Amino acid sequence: MKNTRRSFLQKTALATGAFCLGFDWFKAEGKAGAMVASAVDAGRFNAYLEISSLGKVILYSPNPEIGQGIKTAFPVVVAEELDVDWKDVEVRQANLDTQHFERQLTGGSGALKHSWDRLRKAGATARQMFIQAAAQTWKVDASTCKTAGGVVLGPGGQKASYGSLASLAATMTVPAEPTYKNRKDYKIIGKRTKGVDNANVVTGKPVFGLDIDKPGMVIAQIIRPPFGATLKSFEATDALKMPGIVDVISFKNKVAIVGQSTWQVMQARAAVSCKYDGQNLESESTHKKWFDEGMATDKAQVQRKDGDFQAAIAKAAKVVEATYECPFISHSPMEPMNFFADVRADGSVLLAGPTQVPQSAQKAVASLLKLDEKKIEVELSKMGGGFGRRLNNDYALEAAELSSLIKKPVKVMWTREDDMTGGIYRPAVRYHFKAGLDASGNMIAFYLRGVGLNAGNATRQDNFPVGAIDNVLIESVNQVSSVTTGPWRAPITNFLGYAEQAFLDEVAEAGGKDPIQMRLDWLARAKSNPVGKITYEPDRFIEVIKQAAEKSQWKKKPGVSQGFSVYFSHLSYVAQVADAVMVNGKPKITHVTAVTDCGEVVNLSGAENQVKGAIIDGMGHAMFAKLRFNEGVAAPANFNSYRLIRGNEIPTIDAHFVDNGIAPTGLGEPALPPTGGSVANAIYAASKKRLYRQPFDI
Amino acid sequence: MSIQLTINKKKVSLDIDPNTPLLWTLRDHMSLKGTKFGCGIAQCGACTVWVNGEATRSCVLPISAVANADITTIEGLSEKGDHPVQVAWDQLDVPQCGYCQAGQIMTAASLLKKKPKPTATEIVDGMSGNICRCGTYHRIQEAVKLASDLASKKKSSTTKKSA
Ligand code: FES
Ligand code: FES
Repeated sequence: MKNTRRSFLQKTALATGAFCLGFDWFKAEGKAGAMVASAVDAGRFNAYLEISSLGKVILYSPNPEIGQGIKTAFPVVVAEELDVDWKDVEVRQANLDTQHFERQLTGGSGALKHSWDRLRKAGATARQMFIQAAAQTWKVDASTCKTAGGVVLGPGGQKASYGSLASLAATMTVPAEPTYKNRKDYKIIGKRTKGVDNANVVTGKPVFGLDIDKPGMVIAQIIRPPFGATLKSFEATDALKMPGIVDVISFKNKVAIVGQSTWQVMQARAAVSCKYDGQNLESESTHKKWFDEGMATDKAQVQRKDGDFQAAIAKAAKVVEATYECPFISHSPMEPMNFFADVRADGSVLLAGPTQVPQSAQKAVASLLKLDEKKIEVELSKMGGGFGRRLNNDYALEAAELSSLIKKPVKVMWTREDDMTGGIYRPAVRYHFKAGLDASGNMIAFYLRGVGLNAGNATRQDNFPVGAIDNVLIESVNQVSSVTTGPWRAPITNFLGYAEQAFLDEVAEAGGKDPIQMRLDWLARAKSNPVGKITYEPDRFIEVIKQAAEKSQWKKKPGVSQGFSVYFSHLSYVAQVADAVMVNGKPKITHVTAVTDCGEVVNLSGAENQVKGAIIDGMGHAMFAKLRFNEGVAAPANFNSYRLIRGNEIPTIDAHFVDNGIAPTGLGEPALPPTGGSVANAIYAASKKRLYRQPFDI
Repeated sequence: MSIQLTINKKKVSLDIDPNTPLLWTLRDHMSLKGTKFGCGIAQCGACTVWVNGEATRSCVLPISAVANADITTIEGLSEKGDHPVQVAWDQLDVPQCGYCQAGQIMTAASLLKKKPKPTATEIVDGMSGNICRCGTYHRIQEAVKLASDLASKKKSSTTKKSA
């Protein structure tokens, strides 16, 4: 054998006897044989899991962790089907590797949903290969062997650990379709598994983007222009003389202050002044005008039409009409934006930092700097929250551009003020609803127009109660603004859910119906005889509603006012009942009951954390958050006046999950959209005050 | 002119601007990155450290003000990461993104030092100065209670051992 690198690796590996199972995402779509096993080291191919002769199990998590727990949940699924003890598992973060992982992205609650089948397949395939290796060794039929806790058990009481079988297992044929566990035998899935990063977090290890420190690295902050403005000039003479300052440089209407340490950069930044040019910069009054115009225009885009809304509303016995409004808000993850970039003279680039979409960062930097994508390496750090903000790589591109200009490795850090005023917000939206009821209070006509500022289609036209109502008209208007927007946890539905669920509460009241029964009646209709296309499953809707009614003791709690809401998003269903009482003449939310159908719950601890966190998030932003614009500048700029919910303002929360064994669907987001609605409806029940805009005025 | 600081029981001498906030001194000059930047204006608690045992926000504290003080950061809270608060945080699986948690832990540990058996209200009030954007507040509050229980068990077992 020639002493090539390959043979060397094989020999080394055979000496240590590691089993590596890789997975070729690209060939995997519905095809057999996509899985590859080898006894060579994992770094060389698309490794998924690795088991050494010592029995150490290493599972690779392709997706970066942002707080929704997939770095733990992914390996849980593999470990379950592999049938190993969780305590023997070590989880490692894989860096960006476009050759080997297809979906290295955290967002859209899709990470787990997308990967469920593949992860199970990886675990089950490896398990089957260990069984084959053992059966061959013992000369028994593979079907007579079992596994438990990383050990193959033979029919005559034989035992062999996966570790001892590793090198032989690697030579077995990869089964085309492995056998899977029965879910009643699950030992890890559905149980509480602690986050794999906990030890690092509680001891303060430098795992986040802002903690990145590389040799020769300088630090930069960037002054960004008001939205819609261009930089005319800047004055940095004094700043450049200040200690530790390396450069003050402008690009793309921005001014970067570069220095040796954060504090030196902050000091110098205060000594830089900028002049801007800009006409018709946007203010709150501009946005109000655009909402008004959007509501009045006859050029709205029709998103859905069932029956004849105009004719039906004309003959309705009663009409209910309301306008709801939600402002621009910031994502404000606890760790502000930051990124490290080192653009080198030889055309190679190192990017490092917190991004949900490393692959698009790589592509975007390649095209911005006209470099070869293959020479751009991306290191993934843990992310101090994202809520959608880190789906946009503006901050990574900025760092790369700056590094290419100053020819140094640089970490760009955003202050909280930069983070809050620097853009990419949840779009502001105004909704107008109209419902026509017949003489017995049934809704026969439903109308919604959503006018969004950079929101695209601000409606979700196929969502319930559409499908249960005969005459529907749904329209959207998008007003183009220079204020940058992007997905914010549960895009669109995070405010549409509130507005719609609050409006339906008005509809129930006007029709003299119980809000829960009204929805159940509609769902019965959508199930038996749907109007047009529906995207939801009525039965799953019905189940979460019924359970929420029961678990919250709907309308049976003396002295407590309750509000109901239910929402379908990211393929999951969440029903909520919020409890409110009056304290010193003001309504206070004391408790929320949530029933979630997100299919199989992979990690109960993580799932509970997500649901409670999403409810607190939804409630906090509905009650407190708002950004206003004045001549293109956002305010407020920090947590002293942009209020985030705190620990003494939260209700108790019961999070229940429907146990149905369906493949997992989204969980990071779906509990948020119904929250504004359940809270607003409970507050109405307690105080008789309807809340038509966020932040709530109570 | 250099400034002397005592950080996690170690004496260090630094030759930097005495107005530098302790937060950036720790992070940029001492490679202690466990203390986090969240707001820079004493609003969020991510940067909480102990100054002479008191939970203090390091983002607005110039080092000139703490020259002779005893400073403890998350890295110095315990040698093996086994302070009852750290153990409770792991056991109850408190963190989501984890970014705020060093500050939460330093606040909680200082609260328990003053009040080893805090009431539920004292826990809520004592922890409300720290923001968690991920909304892990319920578990934070439960973990403070658990840490208090763990600490009193540990104490009674060490008393027994020494008896
Ligand atoms: S960073 Fe110091 S309190 Fe927020
Ligand atoms: S865990 Fe993310 S901010 Fe607290």
